[in-house]
Amino acid sequence: MKNEETVLSEREKILARVREALSVPAHVPGAHGLAPLAASAQSSAAGVRQWLPKVGNSFAEQLGLFQKNATELKTDFQLFDSAEEMRQALVRLRDAEGWKRVACHSGDLTNAICPPLNLPMLRTDKAYDVHEMEACDAGISECDALVAQTGSVLVTSRSAGGRALSVLPPHHVVIARREQLVADLPAAFALVKTKYAPDFPSMISFITGPSRTGDIERILVLGAHGPKRLTILVF
Amino acid sequence: MSTFATGFLKQARVMTADLRHRKIIRTALTNYEIVRDKRKGAFQSWESARSAAAETKWEAVNHLDKYLVEFVSKLEARGTKLHWASTGAQASEIILEIVREKNARSVIKSKSMTSEEVHLNDALEKAGLEVVESDLGEFIMQLRDEPPYHIVFPSMHLTRGEIKELFERELGDAPSDSPEELTMVARRALRKKYLTADIGFTGANFAIAETGMISITENEGNARLTAALPKTMVSLLGIEKVLPRLEDLALFLPMLATAGTGQALTCYNTMYGGPRQPGECDGPEEFHVILLDNRRTELLADAEQRDALHCIRCGACLNACPIFRNIGGHTYATTYSGPIGSVITPHLRGLQDWKHLSAASSLCGGCTEVCPVKIDLHHHLLHNRRNAAKEKPALIERSLYLIFGFVANRPALWSLGKKLGRLSQPLHNLVKGSALDPARSWTQTRDLPPLAQESFKDWWKKRNR
Ligand code: SF4
Repeated sequence: MKNEETVLSEREKILARVREALSVPAHVPGAHGLAPLAASAQSSAAGVRQWLPKVGNSFAEQLGLFQKNATELKTDFQLFDSAEEMRQALVRLRDAEGWKRVACHSGDLTNAICPPLNLPMLRTDKAYDVHEMEACDAGISECDALVAQTGSVLVTSRSAGGRALSVLPPHHVVIARREQLVADLPAAFALVKTKYAPDFPSMISFITGPSRTGDIERILVLGAHGPKRLTILVF
Repeated sequence: MSTFATGFLKQARVMTADLRHRKIIRTALTNYEIVRDKRKGAFQSWESARSAAAETKWEAVNHLDKYLVEFVSKLEARGTKLHWASTGAQASEIILEIVREKNARSVIKSKSMTSEEVHLNDALEKAGLEVVESDLGEFIMQLRDEPPYHIVFPSMHLTRGEIKELFERELGDAPSDSPEELTMVARRALRKKYLTADIGFTGANFAIAETGMISITENEGNARLTAALPKTMVSLLGIEKVLPRLEDLALFLPMLATAGTGQALTCYNTMYGGPRQPGECDGPEEFHVILLDNRRTELLADAEQRDALHCIRCGACLNACPIFRNIGGHTYATTYSGPIGSVITPHLRGLQDWKHLSAASSLCGGCTEVCPVKIDLHHHLLHNRRNAAKEKPALIERSLYLIFGFVANRPALWSLGKKLGRLSQPLHNLVKGSALDPARSWTQTRDLPPLAQESFKDWWKKRNR
């Protein structure tokens, strides 16, 4: 490593150049004789909400929107009336895909839903072997929120079993409750702040559909590096 | 003319005549335009969102010192090691020192244009490391030993057939030319690399000052894996990436996705605020963030063009640019191509060497119109032309204007010129486009409009009689 002094001096040099450069003010946005923009409409949550794609006010509308987005994204979204139904659905998934081993973390929901799977389980509650996780058929996790506006799942390293569980196995299964649905992105960021600030998890991720790429002739292919399938089970 | 300009002109001539290339790009971009317009239409007000994004970036860039200090101190407080690099060489050296300290042999990389800018792969490979690009497009380009063609779609100029051949040759694995199967080839090849790499390297799309996090936007999950599995994570970002607050992302993430790829949100948008924290089960033990200047402060010092630092590298201006679409990304021979590349490269690599790029424009303004942060791109091209001419006037150009001014100020001389022009224009056809033609660079591919037989002035005189 570089010694403390040079690190400091490079930092100071760059900051000094920045300050020197900024001593000449730049015109504010809205150039060429157009009226300047409304005084700092900067992205306040209220402002952003008026411009982003519309989300309905009622819970039913938001749930409907999430469902519609999930379909477009090729996420498998399933809604249940009870935890028991959800348990059965998970068992059906196991049988349909022939799961031999799954990765999972401990949480109120996962503990309540996963036992009937009756499979060997890799737990990510403490350090684990990544090679073992790579060999798992699915990763099952909880989440922090579902975002109606975009059909996204919000996970963090603390709520969803670490960084790898939701991307390394070929199938990511999210277990959530209806109440976890939030309307839009501003609401999701507000939730992150109230839930965690100032001690944020080291990773916060919005997952919007299964992994995908369009790098070959811009044709959509699912499962580029992350999961080929994303299933969201909600009750 | 600089050697860069000569090379550019030569290559541009070849590429514009390459109809196959043009067709590939047009097909890819037409699909992009359709989905992008649909996504834009879903915004309640895309235009207001653009204005707000421009203001937020203005705030960040015009108080860069304050936000950088905030960003850095928040990150450091949670165990991240911060480094500052004035030049690309320094950035590479910092990464090499980390490599040496960790005794690392292999690096897995997720997509980062900033690392292209500092030629990181060369530096790492020279030091004997195995470097693997994990983004599919970048992986393809690395196998071809070529730089990315486009800042967002690195391999958009290749057909599936070409990629199949490439995989066959380099990996010995290409069951068919279906994009699906080819993607799975790359998936298989790279899986092992994530598990064994010593260092995970990433770029960043945004740096959040308020909470001390970097934000990475991607579709494939390769950056997620790169940031999850190796023991050491290193991220390189330009100092201009800063956003003031966490909730600014609620605006910037969907705008980047919409303008960049025509998605409502890309598949993974992830914020990293440190190495593995107490109580977490995985993630890197060490997290290094390198802040790169590399002459960004020089662009910052140009108040007129400072807003070029607002760029979020969405690629929309490249996609809109008729020049880019005809000459292709590689012709620019720069890290950043298209309109934004033509604007910033003269600042980053020398005005006189790269001023020819400001002429590679139809000044149609298509780039400015699509830019999600409202950078005044086509006017900046004009600013660059003006600055280049002011700094080093071209002798021929200047004498021509002197002669023009002299003649134009003398009505008698002017009308004599007109008469001579009218008489001699038919003779021009004899030499048109040949080496003897003074207007050759124009007339080679175009006609000069015929001079009117009667000037407006003469006509006016007659009419008033
Ligand atoms: S200049 Fe604007 S349109 Fe071009 S890449 Fe940057 S943000 Fe996108």
